[in-house]
Amino acid sequence: MVDSAHLSLHVPEPAVRPGGQPDFSNVKIAKAGSVPRPEVDVASEDIRDLAYSIIRVLNRDGEAVGPWAGSLNDEELLTGLRNMMKLRAFDARMLMAQRQGKTSFYMQHLGEEAVSCAFRKALAKGDMNFPTYRQAGLLIADDYPMVEMMNQIYSNESDPLHGRQLPIMYSSKEHGFFTISGNLATQYVQAVGWAMASAIKNDSRIAAAWIGDGSTAESDFHSALVFASTYKAPVILNIVNNQWAISTFQGIARGGSGTFAARGLGFGIPALRVDGNDYLAVHAVARWAAERARRNLGPTLIEHVTYRVGAHSTSDDPSAYRPKTESEAWPLGDPVLRLKKHLIVKGVWSEERHVQAEAEIMDEVIEAQRQAEAHGTLHAGGRPSVRDIFEGVYAEMPAHIRRQRQKAGY
Amino acid sequence: MARMTMIEAVRSAMDVSMARDDNVVVFGEDVGYFGGVFRCTQGLQAKFGRTRCFDTPISESGIVGTAIGMAAYGLKPCVEIQFADYMYPAYDQLTQEAARIRYRSNGDFTCPIVVRMPTGGGIFGGQTHSQSPEALFTHVCGLKVIVPSNPYDAKGLLIAAIEDPDPVMFLEPKRLYNGPFDGHHERPVTPWSKHDLGEVPDGHYTIPIGKAEVRREGSAVTVIAYGTMVHVALAAAEDTGIDAEVIDLRSLLPLDLDTIVRSVAKTGRCVVVHEATLTSGFGAEVVSLVQEHCFYHLEAPVVRVAGWDTPYPHAQEWDYFPGPGRVGRALAEVMEA
Repeated sequence: MVDSAHLSLHVPEPAVRPGGQPDFSNVKIAKAGSVPRPEVDVASEDIRDLAYSIIRVLNRDGEAVGPWAGSLNDEELLTGLRNMMKLRAFDARMLMAQRQGKTSFYMQHLGEEAVSCAFRKALAKGDMNFPTYRQAGLLIADDYPMVEMMNQIYSNESDPLHGRQLPIMYSSKEHGFFTISGNLATQYVQAVGWAMASAIKNDSRIAAAWIGDGSTAESDFHSALVFASTYKAPVILNIVNNQWAISTFQGIARGGSGTFAARGLGFGIPALRVDGNDYLAVHAVARWAAERARRNLGPTLIEHVTYRVGAHSTSDDPSAYRPKTESEAWPLGDPVLRLKKHLIVKGVWSEERHVQAEAEIMDEVIEAQRQAEAHGTLHAGGRPSVRDIFEGVYAEMPAHIRRQRQKAGY
Repeated sequence: MARMTMIEAVRSAMDVSMARDDNVVVFGEDVGYFGGVFRCTQGLQAKFGRTRCFDTPISESGIVGTAIGMAAYGLKPCVEIQFADYMYPAYDQLTQEAARIRYRSNGDFTCPIVVRMPTGGGIFGGQTHSQSPEALFTHVCGLKVIVPSNPYDAKGLLIAAIEDPDPVMFLEPKRLYNGPFDGHHERPVTPWSKHDLGEVPDGHYTIPIGKAEVRREGSAVTVIAYGTMVHVALAAAEDTGIDAEVIDLRSLLPLDLDTIVRSVAKTGRCVVVHEATLTSGFGAEVVSLVQEHCFYHLEAPVVRVAGWDTPYPHAQEWDYFPGPGRVGRALAEVMEA
């Protein structure tokens, strides 16, 4: 007889906690260039392996190798490097601004710059992203003005969102960036709806959905997959696996599943894992998925394997839950340094030019900051009107809100 | 002009809207080929094609979430939640997303969606097919909330809702789908074909959102109701012989405060009736507004008649459902005070 009276609950734990030696031996990394590049009309069941491997282009020597190489020319790569450097400099200044009390909150992208910057370059004007809070690179890479981003972060008098949103929750229809929600995963299924609409109207535009590894546990993630699969929506379903959901390691949301990408397989959605710290690989995979969507071949799921080097937000202290040296041990390296090395190996970049570019970019960011701060910061200078609280809840202000506005003295 | 049930009127509203505007799409569980469990969407797929009217997976959050995305694209989705009781998985999408998108993006993105759902009891639906969740929506700034009480209003209000630039919750009292109901469950439902408000224009017309309608003029007491309870209130006035003025709110958010204040200032007495449970129900909001705006006109405390603060029972449905007897006793109570 089986003894069933002594069950115990399995609660997954990361391999290492603060004070321990970082351990990424569980991350199986395919050799750069070793993963095949299928035709875009491939059947999902024929590429199941791609949901378990990692597509990489840049090797340790900084060379672009294998079938996923060659999607970008030198000029495009230099632009990519510059965009990632710009995002990193922007983060550094805004993090400092938050520490100086100029705003309430900030979230940086350190270590994840390649994901959003490279992905944006695979999209066309008019396509729509439904991002999370860690894809500002979509805006930077689309040349959205940094001053506007800072105005939003400062909630100042020129904030395009009139002080109504938490810092970094940008919105720009023109730049294909859907208004960010603080509620997790809601945007994932909205992206599928946008893509379905584009298909209903026989348009050529596509959508991209974004989610973090932790938020894949939300029911809207699963709703999005079933709708995307059912209607073969022209959408790219991105999962940014940066290993951490605030303090919770990715094994909690992943459960017993092999990888996050593998979740697409049950829905018949082609699923690929990509080295999220490899600008060339992210771009190549995104372009492959975008071509599938545009050719009406349906959705693609991409797991971007990366590492959140910084804290979750300015309210977080990662040293409380992971070894301080863990980010240095991350086996996929730094996306900026890897692209820089590649460009140097190609002979189109140098250490000197990099140092010079860093200085130029920082000057550019500081100048943008100066301009933004001239319009005020959260607690000083110009701020949105109190009247703005009451505007824009509805297209037309109903009587009860008008009465409340008048009561408030506006 | 034709005699229509509320089901036919709702269907006609979608038909007219889809014919006028290619951007109107209709979807939800079973709404496509079959035409919905109440047949509100019957024939729309055959007429407008499978990409304008289609079935969805059983995922309310998916239905509303994709509708929001479609609205951001530029379509005007009119979706069905099969029963109001099933909207809870979509509550996050409705309250934190649909309701907020215009505000949080400063108009960069908008959300002109309509979410239709059969609501209320009186059909032996038990706990999960009888709920009236309107107060869960009226607490949410950014939504509009409509509860029609007859086919004429249902069609005009639904077309207005589809054309509205903001998200609208459209709650259809299923007890009224086939005819008006006086609250006496032992009597059969009167078909709408015998009722003035069952006469519905075939073509396009709208009824403004946010305007109440006085269904019965009176001078002794104001009864404020919506949906099925309008008919119960009318029956109670008739049964008691009390000279009650019955207001049909039609739109709960925004609310027609002027009509309420004008009436209560005239009658000096007020009874508020709804099917939903009493505590923190929409009646609490109405009573509060009456107190704020009509206090010096009141000759008696305002009384609420509502469903009990329990889940909706199956076998005891008619002891739960506020009928003309309970409304009549409330009328007598405020008249005696």
